[in-house]
Amino acid sequence: MPKSMTEELPVIWLQGAGCTGCSVSVLNSVSPSIKNVLIDEVIPGKHINLRFHPTIMAGPGEAAIEVLEETRQQEKGGYVLVVEGAIPTAQGGIYGVIGEERGKAVSIVSRLESLSSNALAVIALGTCASFGGIAAASPNPTQCLSVEEALKAARIPTPVINVSGCPPHPDWFIGTLASVLLFGLPKPEDLDEHKRPKAFYGALIHEHCPRRAYYDEGKFAKKLSDPGCLYELGCKGPVTYADCPVRLWNHGVNWCIGSGGFCHGCVEPAFPDLVSPIYEKIALSLATLMEN
Amino acid sequence: MKIEAVVEEGQVKEARSSATLFRGIELILRGRDPRDAQRLTQRICGVCPTSHSTAAALNLDSAFGIADKIPDNGRIIRNLILGSAHIADHILHFYVLAALDYVDIAKVAGYEGTSSVLNSVKQFIERGELGPFFPRYEGDYRLPEEVDQQMVAHYVEALAMRRKAQEMLSLFGGRMPHSVAVVPGGVTEVPTVDKVVSFLWRLNELRDFIDNVYLPDVLALAEVYGDYFAIGKGCGNLLSYGGYELDGKEPDLTKRERLFKQGRISTNLKPGEVDPNRITEQLQHSWYASSTANRNPSQGETEPEEGKDGAYSWIKSPRYNGQVYEVGPLARVLVTYARGEPTMKSLVNSVLARFKTSPDALFSVLGRHIARALSTKFVADSMPGWLLQLKPGEPVYIGYSIPEESQGMGLVEGARGALGHWVELKGGKIANYQVVTPTSWNGSPRDDKNQPGPIEQAIRGTKIKDEENPFEIVRIVRSFDPCIACAVHLITPKGGKLGEFRVS
Repeated sequence: MPKSMTEELPVIWLQGAGCTGCSVSVLNSVSPSIKNVLIDEVIPGKHINLRFHPTIMAGPGEAAIEVLEETRQQEKGGYVLVVEGAIPTAQGGIYGVIGEERGKAVSIVSRLESLSSNALAVIALGTCASFGGIAAASPNPTQCLSVEEALKAARIPTPVINVSGCPPHPDWFIGTLASVLLFGLPKPEDLDEHKRPKAFYGALIHEHCPRRAYYDEGKFAKKLSDPGCLYELGCKGPVTYADCPVRLWNHGVNWCIGSGGFCHGCVEPAFPDLVSPIYEKIALSLATLMEN
Repeated sequence: MKIEAVVEEGQVKEARSSATLFRGIELILRGRDPRDAQRLTQRICGVCPTSHSTAAALNLDSAFGIADKIPDNGRIIRNLILGSAHIADHILHFYVLAALDYVDIAKVAGYEGTSSVLNSVKQFIERGELGPFFPRYEGDYRLPEEVDQQMVAHYVEALAMRRKAQEMLSLFGGRMPHSVAVVPGGVTEVPTVDKVVSFLWRLNELRDFIDNVYLPDVLALAEVYGDYFAIGKGCGNLLSYGGYELDGKEPDLTKRERLFKQGRISTNLKPGEVDPNRITEQLQHSWYASSTANRNPSQGETEPEEGKDGAYSWIKSPRYNGQVYEVGPLARVLVTYARGEPTMKSLVNSVLARFKTSPDALFSVLGRHIARALSTKFVADSMPGWLLQLKPGEPVYIGYSIPEESQGMGLVEGARGALGHWVELKGGKIANYQVVTPTSWNGSPRDDKNQPGPIEQAIRGTKIKDEENPFEIVRIVRSFDPCIACAVHLITPKGGKLGEFRVS
């Protein structure tokens, strides 16, 4: 049988201190479907080879852990590491482990360090991995770090791309991966100050919100389920950078603001603590928020 | 999750179930505005966030004193949102999280037909890079080739169906995962005629899949793997909180009329009441301070203490009256059956007739998968009726003021079973918030009397045919649908490791 002409991009997907919501969101990708991503050549001639994923992989633990080590060594510089969830570091990392080696539990921190050093790039998927998110929310009982913070502390220079969101829209992740397949790693000018692709995080929700006219005319909803601008009820659209109003969610059927359950800034480093209380209105400038 | 099983002479002598991740969401909630709980508790789990959003809303409804004032539209939309989540979740579980233990994707290599889906899977196999379907266990894939190939095609279809169920949910819920529309007081999204009709036709497509693909596949699997009616029995006690409010006027949810009934049941099928005050969380084998042990969750504490002697899990041991209880679709199906609900009686009886067996065979691996499918059908078939009760233009939400001091409780049947949220407010803020999840019940470690938890009991005593490929253990654990990634070890009594495997 002739050797396959398909170019394979091996992907390892780690879960840290997270909730698996980012994975579930990726499963919701419409075009390409998750089946297209896993089974087909998602771009002609190129296949994403998901070798390790704790939730959907078929395999048994020891053989699965071997996959990590084989990939790390044999595909050095050629695989993408996706990390979902934050990195717990308290008490030597005992609050989160991934498998064992020689009978001893291996912490998430340790897995991240060994797998990221040989990776082509790390995609920090979701707000927990990108910025700490809910796992790192006050009082941050397990001393969770973001992926970038953890790599910096270990002096690992592998480039990080943050695809934040709680969860991220599947298009943001698939789009980023497709971009790597088609054009290679993003250039610095393609990413914002938080290392998020500007293609998806370049404009404020507030700039493109269909309810913006209400805001401009001062027509504010006074209670939930009322029509009008949701700013006074707590909407964080004015300080949140994401293309939700344009892309919409779940195949375009709705989105947070559309359902009357306003934006809570889930893509931002400020989420959740600096945008809390969620149901109280906040200052309009992100700069003011971050100062406090 | 990590499962360790000690195998002696081909039989599991002892098993330990442990959770290997701790984030401390209960601690993170302290001091916050209570309304934030609806959004933040969803992040306990991204697979079942809607269960948490519902439990949080019921919890806060009771704390705010409005549990009997939720407008009907709000009550109904909450049911439609939760129902959509159950449909998505159960389809995901059977096909994506469990079926690969029984279905052999490699058999598609011999496919000779015209299905483009199966031909694309065949090409995938020929290319040779087979993650995430390999590595895997070998040696016990029993389905005939054509049935097996068709199941693979159904797996691919199921990926799209669960996505569509989440889209249906988002019509009212805003988005998935981590929806935004369910709030204390009702919901934020209003019903319009176009949303109702759009929801209805998406639901019809899903009901067609449930009736003509999902449920038949589960039953077909049960025909071929019939020995699994006698494997994984577990503790034999089931507990259901009941779910889906049918009555908006009763403030006490233990008395409220619900679609799934509340109760406890054993193999004798005589239902007992559930008094939430009799729930305690024991901590002897959990990494939490013993001084906080044995409390009802309304007074629960979360004080992590790793390295505690004898402890082996981040999960506490919830017990009812000090007894071990299993929760999940099996529990709510059998409680509802035993309480005489006619549709459920008919569904369960038709399955029992087909397999010529009695209800106690359902206390098994196959029983759990079958009950999950029946639970999905039961909810999905109830949803059109609810949908058509919606009244566009009528309220969906009622306002409230947050009391300075209060207590609340929200109990719901999440996809995976009994889920409870408890809150205590002081100064109008969260002083304490406790969550007991279905996986806490099922995956719990030994308690203060050394009684193993439901999964531990289900594995203990199982005969393992091939210790290199312990299918029996993964199949038992996955039948419970535990909500965390799971790694399993198989060790001999002398501690030599034979193999390690991961269950999700």
